[in-house]
Amino acid sequence: MTGLLYALASLGLFALCAGIVLAIAQKIFHIEGDPMIDNIDNLLPQTQCGQCGYPGCKPYATAVASGEADVNHCVPGGERTMLQIADLMGVEAKDVEEEASAPMLAFVREDECIGCTLCIKACPVDAIIGAPKQYHTVIVDHCTGCTLCVEPCPVDCIDMLVKPELIEHWAWPLPDTKRSQLGHERREQHAGHA
Amino acid sequence: MPAMLRTLAQKMGLIAHSFSGGIHPEMHKLSDDKAIETVKLASMLILPMKQHIGTPCSALVSVGDHVLRGQKIAKSEGYLSVPVHASTSGRVLKIEESPIAHPSGMGMPSVFIEADGDDQSDHSLAAIPDWQNTDPTLLRERARMCGLAGLGGAAFPTFIKLVQDKRFPIETVILNGIECEPYLTNDHRLMVEKASEILDGMAIIMHMVGTTSGIIAIEDNKADAATAMRDALSSKEGMDDVQVHVLPTRYPQGSEKQLIYSLTGHEVPAGKLPMHIGVLCQNVGTCKALHDAVILGQPLTERIVTLSGDALPQPANLNVRLGTPIRSLFERQGLVDFNGIQIVHGGPMMGERLRHPDIPVIKSTSGILALGQQAIAAAHSAEDPCIRCGHCSEVCPASLVPNLLADFCRSDQTEKAESYQLFDCIECGCCSYVCPSNIPLVHYFRYGKGQVSMQRREQSFAEASRHRSEGRDVRLQRELDEKAARRSRVRRTHAPKAEATPDSVTAAPAAATTADKTASSAEKTVAVDQTSPEEKK
Amino acid sequence: MTEFALILLSAVLVNNYVLTKFLGICPFLGTSSKVETAVGMSFAVMFVMTLASTASWLVQQYVLIPLDLLYLQTIFFILIIASLVQLIEMMIHKTSPVLYQALGIFLPLITTNCAVLGVAILNVQQDQTFLTSALYGAGAAIGFALVLILFAGIRERIDVSPVPAAFKGSPLALITAGMMSLAFMGFSGLVKV
Repeated sequence: MTGLLYALASLGLFALCAGIVLAIAQKIFHIEGDPMIDNIDNLLPQTQCGQCGYPGCKPYATAVASGEADVNHCVPGGERTMLQIADLMGVEAKDVEEEASAPMLAFVREDECIGCTLCIKACPVDAIIGAPKQYHTVIVDHCTGCTLCVEPCPVDCIDMLVKPELIEHWAWPLPDTKRSQLGHERREQHAGHA
Repeated sequence: MPAMLRTLAQKMGLIAHSFSGGIHPEMHKLSDDKAIETVKLASMLILPMKQHIGTPCSALVSVGDHVLRGQKIAKSEGYLSVPVHASTSGRVLKIEESPIAHPSGMGMPSVFIEADGDDQSDHSLAAIPDWQNTDPTLLRERARMCGLAGLGGAAFPTFIKLVQDKRFPIETVILNGIECEPYLTNDHRLMVEKASEILDGMAIIMHMVGTTSGIIAIEDNKADAATAMRDALSSKEGMDDVQVHVLPTRYPQGSEKQLIYSLTGHEVPAGKLPMHIGVLCQNVGTCKALHDAVILGQPLTERIVTLSGDALPQPANLNVRLGTPIRSLFERQGLVDFNGIQIVHGGPMMGERLRHPDIPVIKSTSGILALGQQAIAAAHSAEDPCIRCGHCSEVCPASLVPNLLADFCRSDQTEKAESYQLFDCIECGCCSYVCPSNIPLVHYFRYGKGQVSMQRREQSFAEASRHRSEGRDVRLQRELDEKAARRSRVRRTHAPKAEATPDSVTAAPAAATTADKTASSAEKTVAVDQTSPEEKK
Repeated sequence: MTEFALILLSAVLVNNYVLTKFLGICPFLGTSSKVETAVGMSFAVMFVMTLASTASWLVQQYVLIPLDLLYLQTIFFILIIASLVQLIEMMIHKTSPVLYQALGIFLPLITTNCAVLGVAILNVQQDQTFLTSALYGAGAAIGFALVLILFAGIRERIDVSPVPAAFKGSPLALITAGMMSLAFMGFSGLVKV
């Protein structure tokens, strides 16, 4: 009987000590908010396009960090962004639902614009300038191609154009594996002839 | 182990220091005994708006304008840029996109000049024969105005390097006459034939950066060039502190950082420039062009181009106007049918493969090669798996680990690739050259570098977009707050008045007694509070 | 002094917990896909293992033996380990949220890591002094960290190599682990403890 008492008392006492230590540690290592949100937000392309179903990049980052949203909803970010987020979150990579289209730019056909300012209000990055009853125009360098300005336009004078490729921004493609294949075949042919 | 022993011996001063790695390719200097010939003026010259590293120029002339040789036809936009000059007199036929020597195959806006045959020069730039007593900043401006860019092949705007910086004083000027690429002989012939002009150009550079010590670096396969330079040097005054160094031939000795190490034993740190260790490196062709710009007052409108290659009947060194179509040069040297021939712009190790010969000579055109079937077969050989022989690491002049680096580039692990110093790669091609598995290593590095810079660009764009988006949110919130504040203010100032009318009616009889006043006002506020939710509805 | 060196060497190399005793295989395979994660995990395990082995020695000597409660050994030791894991979890979450996210479930699973409990139990069975038991715990932890980081380095290289489809991922990882284990057997003639 005493043995059992000793056992219970020592175990209880020991557990109490451990609990107190942990409670103090919890106070010391307390963290405000979720630091993962900023880490995820930094990976997103910041188009603020809302294609993920959230009203912007930060809300999506918050949803991903809390585990509420999957990592594969960012359409403009494409596979690379998805992989980076999956890597950061330590979850399995998933296919991006929609294929990201070529980078686009909004373009206002100015002679048809009636100056209603609706597109200006819709632009999430303030990339459209203009005033009421004045033509509006898109600042090319700031347009993220999110298409949010197309819908509100009452006269449908906004086009989405493919972003022109600049020679300065051209990047080398991977070495062509097909070409290597061709080289293989050719060499084998030569060997056969010899 | 031998590499370690060599490094140790160099550290102890037993043997001369020399950059690590490198290769000894077959040099094929087919045209090293061919004197420079001047090419007959082409009927049409195509001048791309960007012939240097940096920002493109914008055209100053319009269609139909008559231009003179040496007239500025495009002005530089931005610091890292030099203007473009008409290379003969004639009429501007059109300004439109034209293919240039670029791996993308994309074009560049170009000015097409129809030559009138008179070849009249624009004499508006005065010669500065008395450059010794001229302010270096004036000479620097002259180098920029004359459109000088490094003629060794990289075409880096020359004037940027020609500066006296108190923090980094230049101690040694190195004249780069190495020309380590196979086939190319343009610098070689220039040194043999124009040694005096080159030395004048070098003297101007030394005056500009404020030093008297210089080294002329030549590889030992160009003994006649070394002799010519030594002879010219002995007759020049004030260049006693300049020496000709003959180095054993090895590729890529002509690369700036490798050459500086071979000559001085100092390494240019990663991400730094030669000026940070007190060295300035210039190509011999650039020195000759500087001589023309300062002493003769001529902008850069021509350069020496080596035409060579195993598929070219008559290899030659030609003095060519910038803008001359490459096809006409090939025809002059007896090559008409381009079937089964690979044209290369620059040297075989680092040059660009061209898709067709309708591309103009620009400032960076050191040579044009026509390579035959064998070269093409080599370029098309299959990529086999890496066998980890380590040859690529042995020959890498930047001491990188190419096979690992290529793996990281291939699998898009750009962070890893950067931590293995991807950006220290000079793309010399030694690793691809020695690879027994025919892995196009340099191609992978170019791919990796492209991906990194694309990501950086996207990241900075995303950063700017985020900034704008957050700014917009703050603004919208402020507008909302202001609206709300205004509404509550309106309510506070208007609502009591609106309420006051019925209230005053009821309060009027009581108004006679002052004692009731406070009570009525208290009632009033209560009344307002009760009506406000209804107002909202 | 020689004794201490021998204990350390034997714990790190000769009797390596992962590769010769085959304890703690789960985090060894689970957290070794990246070197950074592996380093983080190594430090977490080092912290827990070293402290757990010393604390369990103290509990064994001053609580369990005097009160004749040896049948409570496992419960006590698990309690110690669980508390330590909670502590290191808080510390990592505070200092490196990314590492915390990357380690995921493997961080709380250190509690049930057989290597940690194994070290604690083997330690008290071997009649060690306080100092040698601490050293033994530290040595085992260093051994774990060493092979985990080595393995992660190899896996990173394998990751970028052209591997036949059938061997991609776990199969090759297991084969690699087996080969490392064979290599570590070479240490068995090094020390006789």
